[in-house]
Amino acid sequence: MEGNIAEMGQFIGAGLACLGMGFAGIGVGNVAGNFLSGALRNPAAAGEQTATLFIGLAFAEALGIFSFLVALLLMFAV
Amino acid sequence: MATTEGSGSGLNIHPMDQFQVSPLFGGTEVHWYTPTNAALWMLAAVGAVALLMVMGSRGRALVPSRGQTAAEVTYGFVRKMVEDVAGREGMKYFPYIFTLFLFVLATNMLALIPASFSPTSHIAVTAVMSLVVFVTVTVIGFVKHGAGFLKLFWVASAPTLALRIVLALIELISYFVRPLSHSIRLAGNIMAGHTVLKVFAGFAGVLGAGAVVPILAITAIYGLEVLVAVIQAYVFTILTVVYLNDALHPGH
Repeated sequence: MEGNIAEMGQFIGAGLACLGMGFAGIGVGNVAGNFLSGALRNPAAAGEQTATLFIGLAFAEALGIFSFLVALLLMFAV
Repeated sequence: MATTEGSGSGLNIHPMDQFQVSPLFGGTEVHWYTPTNAALWMLAAVGAVALLMVMGSRGRALVPSRGQTAAEVTYGFVRKMVEDVAGREGMKYFPYIFTLFLFVLATNMLALIPASFSPTSHIAVTAVMSLVVFVTVTVIGFVKHGAGFLKLFWVASAPTLALRIVLALIELISYFVRPLSHSIRLAGNIMAGHTVLKVFAGFAGVLGAGAVVPILAITAIYGLEVLVAVIQAYVFTILTVVYLNDALHPGH
């Protein structure tokens, strides 16, 4: 077991950054699940709200992508 | 890949190599005028869009052919999106938005051809598109409403003055973060998807003949990636329309 401590920190940091993607997954699931429960209560109004659904999904997902980016930067750019 | 190369043992896969921009005709130096694989695949996307729309609108048949149907459905889809979100005034900017949608969609789909290149996985490409959207939308807002555009940042319905100032700050920051999140969302999604495909391809390469599970996984993920390609084109476009709507109708 040898290697420099900076590299170790890089890998640990990248792994920790991946936790953010998991939390973004919770957020995306929350958006989709709430949309589904609303849509099942009032299916007639659901069709008009798909654009809102996708905007919400995109905003929730963007934060997960940011943490993915941090992980990539730590692995390949630092 | 600072220190990880040359380890020799274990999995020897380089999932990020597919995003390397390289000159088409030999050599390794990339100048601004060098024809690269990124430029090639962007041109291919433009060609695909032109093919779809020109061939689709050539016949103008009452009973549309398959190509015409595809072109009409795409047109109607984006048109409805613009009308729903930005209203009738937004239709003035429909050609620009339709162009954006088709370009992102075509690049994403062409990138799914094996051994091709995905320009939209590069933040350089998506950042230019989102910065142009940002500048265009801001200019439209100021031209249409003058200083009234600043009402976008002033939440007049908030109860106290202190709260309005805090909200104005937050709105201002979120306005200027828009091009960042707009570009990284598209680039990150496409890059992540293609990296996952390549990582699984690396597993299949290691396992050799027994690579049934990775190949099945690649097939499934590829299906997901087709979905992601379309959804991300849709999301990129609809966020453009939302930003445009903010410029056309500022205020809360």
